[in-house]
Amino acid sequence: MALIEYRGVGKRFDDKVVLDAIDLSVEAGEIIALIGPSGTGKTVTLKLLIGFLRPDEGEVRFDGIDIARADGKALQRIRQRIGFVFQGSALFDSLTVGENVAYGLRVGQRVSPVEAAREANGCLAMVGLPDAAPLSPQELSGGMRKRVAIARALCTKPEVLLYDEPTAGLDPANVRLIGRLIRTLRDRLGNTAMVVTHDRDLALEVADRVALLLDGKLAWSGPAEVARRAPPPELEEFFAGRNGAAT
Amino acid sequence: MLEGAGGFVILAARAAIAAFRPPLRLRATLYQMHVQGVRALGLAAVAGAFTGMALALQFGAGLARFSAQSILPELTTLGLFRELLPVVIGLVIGGRIGAGIAAELGTMSVTEQIDAVRALGADPVAELVVPRVAAATIVLPLVTVFADGVATAGAMLVARLDEGIHARFFIDASRRFVLPGDFLFGVVKTAAFGLSIALLACWYGGRARGGADGVGRATTRTVVNGALAVIVIDYFLSRAFGPVLAQGPQM
Repeated sequence: MALIEYRGVGKRFDDKVVLDAIDLSVEAGEIIALIGPSGTGKTVTLKLLIGFLRPDEGEVRFDGIDIARADGKALQRIRQRIGFVFQGSALFDSLTVGENVAYGLRVGQRVSPVEAAREANGCLAMVGLPDAAPLSPQELSGGMRKRVAIARALCTKPEVLLYDEPTAGLDPANVRLIGRLIRTLRDRLGNTAMVVTHDRDLALEVADRVALLLDGKLAWSGPAEVARRAPPPELEEFFAGRNGAAT
Repeated sequence: MLEGAGGFVILAARAAIAAFRPPLRLRATLYQMHVQGVRALGLAAVAGAFTGMALALQFGAGLARFSAQSILPELTTLGLFRELLPVVIGLVIGGRIGAGIAAELGTMSVTEQIDAVRALGADPVAELVVPRVAAATIVLPLVTVFADGVATAGAMLVARLDEGIHARFFIDASRRFVLPGDFLFGVVKTAAFGLSIALLACWYGGRARGGADGVGRATTRTVVNGALAVIVIDYFLSRAFGPVLAQGPQM
């Protein structure tokens, strides 16, 4: 059984169909890149998994549990197994970087402040920011904010990391840095990852498998190796920018 | 509209349950009390002083028509403690508190920080709503007590300058006439103002969408509806408890 399963998932906002009968499975330890033009439901796919949204049709299962049927406590437990890296980083402005990274342990899992701070320092070191704990988020560059957001997401030791446009707005050097980081974290920690991105190079560099969403449907899904060497027509068109922007 | 009202009631119920479920968020509540109360003392002092002075001025002018300026202290203090000052503090300090909460939570909402709290396995109602609502419920009465003192001093100053009423006489007359219940009624109803304003602010702030525009709308709605809530709650509390407290000493 796959760790994550989308079975016939449909989601609409008012009259706009965002996802239309999506079937997708993600195996434990796999990195899957979700690519596609804006508004095709990539972020919605992630938010359905963490229970921020409920599907209108079908079901989303995590480790066999139907997310939509999970009550408050069960959902909280599921969320503790999933880390989410938000598109805008979503760091808490009123807390220091160290407090941001320790937040999930200290507040979500009630770990002692000393232990949480120690873990947070370890996570910051893992993303290459060992001295950033006392800084304020306002003092960080865009790339550093993304890395802190990744450190915060992985500090609770989740089995799955969800990256929502992790390289949006970053310069090429930082894009490469984040890409390497996603891959390195999976290799070191063994966690599963879903990466939503517009960035073709990032998708092909970090993913084991690529899934292309077009008009709310899963247009293609296959190994990243195939996408690199012999992309199918749908993927080629997307990469060429003919059915949506790919950078 | 009904959906919104239902959502608001659910938020209030969830906050009430979370408030009494351990761990108590004392540190966060104390920090909010500092932000909402201590930093608002200057504003409360100015609002209180001028409210007290204006009321003494108006009563002085009105009572002069009946040559009854000698009851100026009693009327002024009673009016300030029971009605005017709680409402003024509810509107001014409550408005400040509500706008602050709505803007903060609104910004957190549009920048996905509230989603981040949830994603990290924490409950935004327990972590964000409870400390702010608890602090506002505690702080507004405390600020009102402070403002009562400042307003009385302002009223005494005007009574002395305009009507020649000595401060000692002002205090003695007020103490004889104004009952502890009058004072407490005014203070306690500001707790209801603080509770309702903070809940409204959390409700509107937490639902803010669409960037700065959404935050602005949430803040405006909080200030407008918070002010209305103060006026409406004041009437109903006065209607419910006013007659009980109306039986003071005979003149």
